[in-house]
Amino acid sequence: MGDIELIAASGAETAAKIANGEVSADEVLDFWLQRASGDALNGYLWSADRESARDGVDPDGGAIAGVPLAIKDIFCTEGVPTTAASKILGGYIPPYTATSVRNTRAAGLPMLGKTNMDEFAMGSSNENSAYGPSLNPWDTDRVPGGSSGGSAAVVAGGLAPWALGTDTGGSIRQPAGFCGIVGLKPTYGAISRFGMIAFASSLDQCGPLTRDVTDAALLLDVLQGRDDYDSTSVGIDGDVKAPTAERLDGLTFGVPRGLMSEGIEAGVLARFEETLIRIAELGGEIVDIELPHAGHAISAYYVLAPAEASTNLQRYDGVRYGLRASDEDLLAMYEVTREDGFGPEVKRRIMLGTYALSSGFYDAYYGRAQRVRTRIVEDFDRAFGKVDFVVTPTSPTVAFKLGEKTADPWTMYLSDIFTVPISLAGIPAISIPAGLAEPDGGGPELPVGFQIAAPAFAEQKLIEASFALEQAIGFDGSAGLAGGVR
Amino acid sequence: MSTEYEAVIGLEIHVQLSTRTKMFCGCELSFGDDPNVHTCPVCLALPGVLPVTNAQAIEYALQIGAALDCELSPVSTFDRKNYFYPDNPKAYQITQAARPFAENGRLGEVRIHHAHLEEDAAKTIHTGGGGRIKGSDASEVDFNRGGTPLVEIVTEPDLRSGAQVREWGQLLRATIKQLGVSDVNMEEGSLRCDANISIRPAGSDTLGTKTELKNMNSFRFIERGIEAEIARQKEVVSSGGEVEQETLHFDPATGELHSLRSKEEAHDYRYLPEPDLVPVVPTEAMLEAARNSLPELPAARAARYEQLGVSEQAALLLSFETEWAGFFEGVLEADDTIEPRVAANWVTGEFAAELRKLDDQPLAESRVAPESLATLIGLVASKKISHGAGKTVLEEMVSSGADPAAVVAEKGLEQISDSGELEKIVIQAIEDNPKPAEQIRGGNEKAIGALVGAVMKATQGRADGGEVNRLLRQHLGL
Ligand SMILES: [Zn+2]
Repeated sequence: MGDIELIAASGAETAAKIANGEVSADEVLDFWLQRASGDALNGYLWSADRESARDGVDPDGGAIAGVPLAIKDIFCTEGVPTTAASKILGGYIPPYTATSVRNTRAAGLPMLGKTNMDEFAMGSSNENSAYGPSLNPWDTDRVPGGSSGGSAAVVAGGLAPWALGTDTGGSIRQPAGFCGIVGLKPTYGAISRFGMIAFASSLDQCGPLTRDVTDAALLLDVLQGRDDYDSTSVGIDGDVKAPTAERLDGLTFGVPRGLMSEGIEAGVLARFEETLIRIAELGGEIVDIELPHAGHAISAYYVLAPAEASTNLQRYDGVRYGLRASDEDLLAMYEVTREDGFGPEVKRRIMLGTYALSSGFYDAYYGRAQRVRTRIVEDFDRAFGKVDFVVTPTSPTVAFKLGEKTADPWTMYLSDIFTVPISLAGIPAISIPAGLAEPDGGGPELPVGFQIAAPAFAEQKLIEASFALEQAIGFDGSAGLAGGVR
Repeated sequence: MSTEYEAVIGLEIHVQLSTRTKMFCGCELSFGDDPNVHTCPVCLALPGVLPVTNAQAIEYALQIGAALDCELSPVSTFDRKNYFYPDNPKAYQITQAARPFAENGRLGEVRIHHAHLEEDAAKTIHTGGGGRIKGSDASEVDFNRGGTPLVEIVTEPDLRSGAQVREWGQLLRATIKQLGVSDVNMEEGSLRCDANISIRPAGSDTLGTKTELKNMNSFRFIERGIEAEIARQKEVVSSGGEVEQETLHFDPATGELHSLRSKEEAHDYRYLPEPDLVPVVPTEAMLEAARNSLPELPAARAARYEQLGVSEQAALLLSFETEWAGFFEGVLEADDTIEPRVAANWVTGEFAAELRKLDDQPLAESRVAPESLATLIGLVASKKISHGAGKTVLEEMVSSGADPAAVVAEKGLEQISDSGELEKIVIQAIEDNPKPAEQIRGGNEKAIGALVGAVMKATQGRADGGEVNRLLRQHLGL
């Protein structure tokens, strides 16, 4: 079989080729290791060789065994550097492996490498990586999104069949949208967080970045489940099955028009409206809904997430592992290590969070943000009383240029306006490619993401509907696949 | 006229639970092992780890809550208490700040504000520089202790003196010891006590500025430390000054108080609800089990002994130590004709004194069984031997484990029961000691002691004191 065929094949298709003897698992691994070695996107921070790729992998793991997986560098992998794209964890090698990664190894998936990301998952463009930004395979002058930018770039750019990412406020969905692939953020608690380096513990959730919806379903099935090492994990009832739905009859899709009033690029809006028409053509019903408090989501998120992050990142103190930039005395060890080790965005969020939790300010900031979060949860509860799904564009814009938004953090934060309310509500959502659009400033066409959110633990229903819609849209990602290697 | 001041004292007591594993990971608890052998990614706070609550710790905590007569919370939650220090690898301690597992209790005369669960810090050792971080060559951290489950008990400010704190603290320690949920060994640090101390004009109900006295490793030292601090505060106030909020350390060797940190240096702990843990929601069955697991606690036992006629002091001594109470009850069981008051006096008096003479021999190692002590008490009560001879026999029993009846026979200690023989000895004693005899006849009855002593010497203690007295008086014509 030809190389091009394997590059374009989804995970499920590759697994089928292995199963019917068209290609061996060894050949598949070698092929993808070769592809990854040509990484022109700075997508990988570490690449495996044949031996390390197979470490701990059960070759008889099941239906998708043998299809290699790229793993965001936020997941701890025993014996393999794990940095969360931070200088403070430069050279750090964990002595244990994250539960989610162990689950993919048990399913027979070799590890291709560890992918680039925004430092400690803080960012929407991958420009906050201490190891340089990953690039968008559709246009290497543009960002792949973030924080799981490396995972999105390698899947979209033909450097991996599929990848693991994490999503705190949109970190799977937004880069998936920017790169023209599928990104699924499951319900909070569906997948164990054990071994996933924490950013904001009450929001962080692991999920797949894939070529299509079927692959997302297959990976979710492998990843999900209750874990004794994560008491907030519950898993999803029953197996997640590969989707088969062709129609959307009897399903209602709510559109929160109030949240979409401004700042959306014309091209993005056009693809969104076309997708609504596709839904109607498949028998689905479109209704307007209100999410009255979702407009406050970004403000609440930028109190809650930094507050949790400020305490989660205190452990990087130079005492036990990672960077120790000074040992002059204890205070110097703390101060110089953290000064040298953290990048500017991480420092900004640590300071925001520290301030928000300070005595005397707690109720005005953290307490108030928690109350907003509760209201947003109630908004979605109310909406799901009327509709099956809530749909929005994944992001208000297509992928922006490197450096375009780095000077103004608030503008950067607003690129997560549609993903953050869903994260605060803890519910599952998927981004699927809805076509291509020109950026507002002109230029070549770039992918547009379409986001579908569902009630907690309604992943199977979400996947079925997304699959039907995906077939109707018929997105062609081949231009991206060609952009991964020089 | 100068104002009278009274002290107001509240306590914070940390109790290390003797669970099999740590509070939030699977590492075994240990004491005295090599450094850093009981560690794992979780208690070393490596990137990506998550805590998981120890179910046995919750069980033990609920027992403590029940023993302190607290309301057990239907839902309690964990919080992060943030501060940087090498003994605190996450740079936050997981504790229960907002919703503790137990509230509004009482032990004896002291109300319990609440009790909460948390994790212990690791141990930091500063080498060189006199053990303090300033000027030391290096600081070494042993994470074996890090993550040990702790219950912190916080009292209302109901205590008024160092002596009261010592007595109440001993009651608390005995209570928890009896639950079997902690070693409560203050020297090893499995029980630690901080005291918040302020003074106010006697009878006032305002609260003065309090100071905190940290971490003393015996209730004797706590008593002394508190008394020293109360005296210091009284002096500050009566010389026109104001007590400043600070944290103090008492040095038992010098009797001095040192300031550890002032109010300005106090931490802002930036409490945050712990997002990695779900709330603790005990089932009705768990609450029931905690209440039903309570053994007879020291306070209740002391009251029961007093009702049996045992003196208050002996009742307290017996109640605080389970094994002594068991021994005492063993004596009563062996011979139900023995009066509890008499048995208690023998156990806590003569018997305890003999063990002390043997290098403080622990009761568990004693060669005397409750049954043999009961036999001895029976011999004395039935006047087969005198009380004095009884002590001699006990000494022999404690040192050799001998049977009391055998010792009596061997040493010929049986009381002189023939009053004719005793009478001869009495008459002889009066003749041999004309001077005291004269004094007694002259009205100085106290001088009879000398004659009693002479008779006892002549009988080698085998005479009954009451009978000797009666015969002396008769022959002296009193
Ligand atoms: Zn451990």
